[in-house]
Amino acid sequence: MTMSRRARKGMQMAGTMLVALMLGLLTLGPARAVNPDEVLPDPALEARARALSAELRCMVCQNQSIDDSNAELAKDLRLIVRERLARGDTDTAVIDYVVSRYGEFVLLKPRFEGKTLILWGTPILLLVAGGAAMLLAARGRRQSRVAGVPLSAEEEARLDQLLK
Amino acid sequence: MIAELGHYALVLALATSLLQAALPSIGAFRRDAALMVSGTSAAYATFILVALSFAALTHAHVTSDFSVENVWANSHSAIPHLYKFSGVWGNHEGSMLLWMLILTFFSALVAFFGGNLPATLKAHVLSIQALIATAFALFVLLTSNPFARLVPAPGEGQDLNPVLQDIGLAIHPPLLYLGYVGFSVCFSFAVAALIEGRLDAAWARWVRPWTLAAWSFLTAGIAMGSYWAYYELGWGGWWFWDPVENASFMPWLAGTALLHSALVMEKREALKIWTVLLALMTFSLSLLGTFLVRSGVLTSVHAFATDPRRGIFILVILILFIGGALTLFAIRAARLKAGGLFAPISREGALVFNNLILTTAAATVLTGTLYPLALEALTGDKISVGPPFFNMTFGLLMLPLLFAVPFGPLLAWKRGDVLAAGQRLFAAVAFGLLVGAGVAYAQGGGPVLALLGIALGAYMIGGAATDLVLRSGLGKVPLGTAWRRLSGLPRSSFGTALAHAGVGVTVIGIVAVTAFQSEHILAMTPGQSTEAGGYALRFDGVKAAQGPNYTEERGHFTISRAGIVVADVWSARRLYTARRMPTTEAGILTFGMSQLYVSLGDDQSNGGVVVRIWWKPLILCIWGGTILMMLGGAVSLSDRRLRIGAPSRARKPVRGLPEAAE
Repeated sequence: MTMSRRARKGMQMAGTMLVALMLGLLTLGPARAVNPDEVLPDPALEARARALSAELRCMVCQNQSIDDSNAELAKDLRLIVRERLARGDTDTAVIDYVVSRYGEFVLLKPRFEGKTLILWGTPILLLVAGGAAMLLAARGRRQSRVAGVPLSAEEEARLDQLLK
Repeated sequence: MIAELGHYALVLALATSLLQAALPSIGAFRRDAALMVSGTSAAYATFILVALSFAALTHAHVTSDFSVENVWANSHSAIPHLYKFSGVWGNHEGSMLLWMLILTFFSALVAFFGGNLPATLKAHVLSIQALIATAFALFVLLTSNPFARLVPAPGEGQDLNPVLQDIGLAIHPPLLYLGYVGFSVCFSFAVAALIEGRLDAAWARWVRPWTLAAWSFLTAGIAMGSYWAYYELGWGGWWFWDPVENASFMPWLAGTALLHSALVMEKREALKIWTVLLALMTFSLSLLGTFLVRSGVLTSVHAFATDPRRGIFILVILILFIGGALTLFAIRAARLKAGGLFAPISREGALVFNNLILTTAAATVLTGTLYPLALEALTGDKISVGPPFFNMTFGLLMLPLLFAVPFGPLLAWKRGDVLAAGQRLFAAVAFGLLVGAGVAYAQGGGPVLALLGIALGAYMIGGAATDLVLRSGLGKVPLGTAWRRLSGLPRSSFGTALAHAGVGVTVIGIVAVTAFQSEHILAMTPGQSTEAGGYALRFDGVKAAQGPNYTEERGHFTISRAGIVVADVWSARRLYTARRMPTTEAGILTFGMSQLYVSLGDDQSNGGVVVRIWWKPLILCIWGGTILMMLGGAVSLSDRRLRIGAPSRARKPVRGLPEAAE
């Protein structure tokens, strides 16, 4: 092997990352998310801040909301959310503001729009199509059982021949 | 030397897999019994060779042979023996070898228990299993060799990732793999049936035990992973809709659907084509999960592009097997005769409804997991699909299904009476509402939806009990007769009731924790007290401690209720010395099914420590329910009618029944 120790180590790291990923571990690191000094004095406002935080992605993490993450950037975002709320913004206004700054990537629940049509449409489409298929199949079965499928002319002729 | 032998055994296993893939098929084609039987020996040989290879890698890990690169990168001389052992599969190469081991183990089981399968069916199943084994043996040998040596040999290893040094994660991967690799047997049976063009109730009877076993293991594996995440991650979350979790959850959803549709097929010969398709899809989702996790595509599309060798290899495997199977399905499915008739309102109808919801749910999770990747690859737009999306869509989908579950077993085959079933469930509904009202009283109110959720869970438990009561005739016939009838019921009836009640228990746990948990984040100084969930917690201070391969700072808490000390708990921050990696070890106290969860945060400048305390009411119900589901699977599996390889003996219990009833 001509690979240097360092390159090797890099690959090992990548390997470890993969395993960690497989086990869902990149979502971790000691949880030091919301700190006491961030908490808003008004409990109702704080509850809204927490609910909003759970909907916003920590941009530098793997699939973590800013509510769960201890990254600096997540903390900044948590503070922004609280600042806007304290200023009297509605939930929608806060979300709009964060999206205007960080893009739609920040939303853990993507908006319903052109590019997410298939995402939101899949469950509905499958349910409707599957349900329709079920009912049609049931109706088809019932008809074929009650009335029977009428014989074609050819089949009639063959039946006549057999009965002769 | 031993590592080289392990490597060599794996190469030999590739050779025997190739034989196992080719010979039985040729035998089945030529109706040559001797060739067909050779598949059995080849399956044993492959399994033994892979087991030897796995043993060699285990030996290298347990003896800390750092000249083996895999050991050097994932082990350390100071870690406890258990983690030296579990380090074998705590890395990419080793876990793929474990995948192979379990795959060939299942092939060997089919070879062993398949004595009374039709010879050609058994031959085809073993061939397909061997094709999968061949593909993965090539993958391990060509891209992920666990036996590569390092020259010169380093003196010390790099340590196993600290988060893997945990008993929960030591047994999580084997359980998970037993589950989703287990579905390979269903896949092979489905492909074999398509090749032969013959599909009947007997086929379903052969497939069902494998589905049950794989499903039970997968349930255990997912539950174990979830509990591990709960206690190890340090903030008490237990499900994150992480792509890696989704990768194992999708086969579980499809497998649950398969379990139910195979039942219809076995009892009524209906839904044949659908069942075969579902068997193909379940294992396809397992393969897809392997691809997602193993290729690195999840970290980012770019990470995948920089080192795509492994990813592309698995992608090719994926396309060959899924594409091949679906093509075969498209060609042959039309030739399979559709079976028994049934009205929409019937046991069959209920099971079809179950399948509709579960497959839609699996598809939703699949789209949600892959959508960001696909969108970014196609348009460059980056979006996130996270827990809020999944909670909403999945929750809405599950609701009608959960409500319908108790109806299923009460409906008659062919044509059921939904009103009559509803009347019989009156007691269960009343029980559910009563429990909901009780919780409302105990909690002093609460969100209406949460109370209804608890009622729903209780109703499911009541519904499961109702089924058993009705079957035994309890209350209508003398007690002795009812008892005899109850003990005479097939075990699968108990399995169904247990599993369905388990779902109810899990629902109660999820709803209770989501709606009623309380969180307390504060900075505490030694001697300070706070309250959570009706308990008072006094923080006694932090002291340093030393583990075998880590140092830690442990905070001590004394818990009292109404002034009386009831327990104490340590909560720690750990630093694993070899990798300089920090972890948290939360302090968890169990009270009945509820838990108090204490996690240490950062030090404050004033000498205090940030402490996060959660009161998690009924949280253990979440996993308690999954244990019931697994038990249900195990009890059903022990049903005489389903005992592996027992179909021809099905007449015995009928003869035995009058004796048992006397």
